Amino acid sequence: VSTGTGLAAPDVPERMRRRFARRHLMGRVGLYVLAILAAFCCAGPFLWSAMTATKLKADLFGGDNNPLIYNQEPTVDHVRFLLVDTDFPTFLWNTFWVGALVVVITLLLGLPAAYAISRLNRPWSGPMGIAIFFVYLIPPSLLFLSLTRVVVWLDLYNSTWSLVVIYPTITVPVSTWLLIGFLKALPKDIEEQAMVDGYSRLGAFFRTVVPLLFPGMVAVVVFAFTLAASEFLYALSFISATDEKIVSTGVAQDLILGDVYHWQELQAANILVAVPIAFIFNLFLARFVSGFTMGAVKG
Amino acid sequence: VTETATAPARRTDIAESRTRLADREGFLAWVFLVPTVLYIVALVGVPFFLAIAYAFSDVTTGDPSYDWAGLENFRRVFDDDVFWQSLRNTFVFTLVSMFFIVLLGKVLANILVADFRGKWVVRFLVLLPWTTPVALSSLTWQWLLHSIYSPLDWALFHTGLINTEHVSWLGKEPHALIAVIAVHVWRLVPLAAVIMMVGLLSIPKDIEDAARADGAGYWRRMFEITIPLTFPLIAVAGLFGAIFTFTDAAVVQVLTEGKPTNSTHVLASWSFQRGIDGGDVGQGAVIALFLFPMLLAAAVLILRAVRRMETL
Repeated sequence: VSTGTGLAAPDVPERMRRRFARRHLMGRVGLYVLAILAAFCCAGPFLWSAMTATKLKADLFGGDNNPLIYNQEPTVDHVRFLLVDTDFPTFLWNTFWVGALVVVITLLLGLPAAYAISRLNRPWSGPMGIAIFFVYLIPPSLLFLSLTRVVVWLDLYNSTWSLVVIYPTITVPVSTWLLIGFLKALPKDIEEQAMVDGYSRLGAFFRTVVPLLFPGMVAVVVFAFTLAASEFLYALSFISATDEKIVSTGVAQDLILGDVYHWQELQAANILVAVPIAFIFNLFLARFVSGFTMGAVKG
Repeated sequence: VTETATAPARRTDIAESRTRLADREGFLAWVFLVPTVLYIVALVGVPFFLAIAYAFSDVTTGDPSYDWAGLENFRRVFDDDVFWQSLRNTFVFTLVSMFFIVLLGKVLANILVADFRGKWVVRFLVLLPWTTPVALSSLTWQWLLHSIYSPLDWALFHTGLINTEHVSWLGKEPHALIAVIAVHVWRLVPLAAVIMMVGLLSIPKDIEDAARADGAGYWRRMFEITIPLTFPLIAVAGLFGAIFTFTDAAVVQVLTEGKPTNSTHVLASWSFQRGIDGGDVGQGAVIALFLFPMLLAAAVLILRAVRRMETL
């Protein structure tokens, strides 16, 4: 009897273990299937975009061709045409310098504001943080008409500079919010130590907070630049001259000549812009996430 | 004697420098904050009230002088069937998108927090719809749903799922709005997933482990632990999605331009059509004004959700 139970006892956990192992394996397979499916749903249009950009005209528009495969040799002619014979480089350059200036303005305004709100213990700190958060929620579609009039008054209509002036209205609130989050994660003792060592509050800010906040600032730079590069409505409202346009309006409006859509060039432009942004964004994703939660959770 | 004289003096020195420091903090706070506040007031606050003022004016792009027009713009906007259509579209569009954004965002968040090989690549591909400038991705969708060369139609037709070779998604009445909704959902699900991921990562591991040890299965843990604990963040993700959807003009503007026959306009794109393309700033302002109540409601709800998170 005793030997019988002795044999049965390890048998039950063994069966259980196998059941768990099977369930675990099914879970893993399910996870991979879901992950691939999600990646395909999200990136599928970009795959089509990339294929379009590199297909020959005859292949793309050939009557009975299977559109899902290359029926003829791939080509880079459309990409070359886009980069050499269209205004796309101008759009890219405009986007780039507008983005860079917007980022600088954003940091110059946002960093001191975030520091004042999170560190300089004023009675209005809390409400001010919330107010800045709400400004972020005011959408361009509510303001574009009046801002267009403001841009006309400033004599910046039809100039890329209008975007340099207006885009920080989008980037400053959200960046300040992010920076507040990063500042809250920074121990106060470090600045206090610097002040004990003889620095003034301002000196401590420049010598300890700014260098320690550097990773957070890089994240803010990426975030603000992406926001500026993606904006559409303001750019559409303020600028109609081709050589003053940025990528999102230039590609959507000026690469279409009359009714002729240069689909291959359009799709090439999409890939050339989308892939680098997503790549850099992915590098900083964890940091954005921590910044947003710090700002929100640690009231 | 000299010692006893200097000691209290030094003490008052320190006290004085302390108060100077405190003064300086107040001063610094001002100096640090004023530029931002001025900038925001000048280019968000003033334009906001200007937008309200324009709704009661006869301002056009050609004649920008301000004359009071009373409720004239409201009357003309309300007389136009396209306005009511776009108001209806905006709500349909927001509610349907929000439902799918929250649902699929939750699924995607669960995938993204799991550990697996090639996670970096999957995350990169999943982020693409959100990080790509909306005008460009909408162009890609326009091409993907092209009336003649759509690979989607081709695939569906050749697998026998549809029986017409060319659906012409963007040229027909319910299809075009469905396409606009689909593109929005596609674009905002990654953002929702990232927000919800934050919530999933913040659940203490031991709660999950304890529930597992007590024999709670996957769905039980999902509905009795994960969802209640992450509810505030799910709410925030949903409300953000709602705001971005409710107020977005870009997808409609690029994908359909309101076609066919103005049936896919939403408030934001209709406001643009009237106010910039049509040059009637007054009417455009009236239409945009209808975005505000919804926005305010969403903002208040977000604030409550955030408050709830703080008390957790």
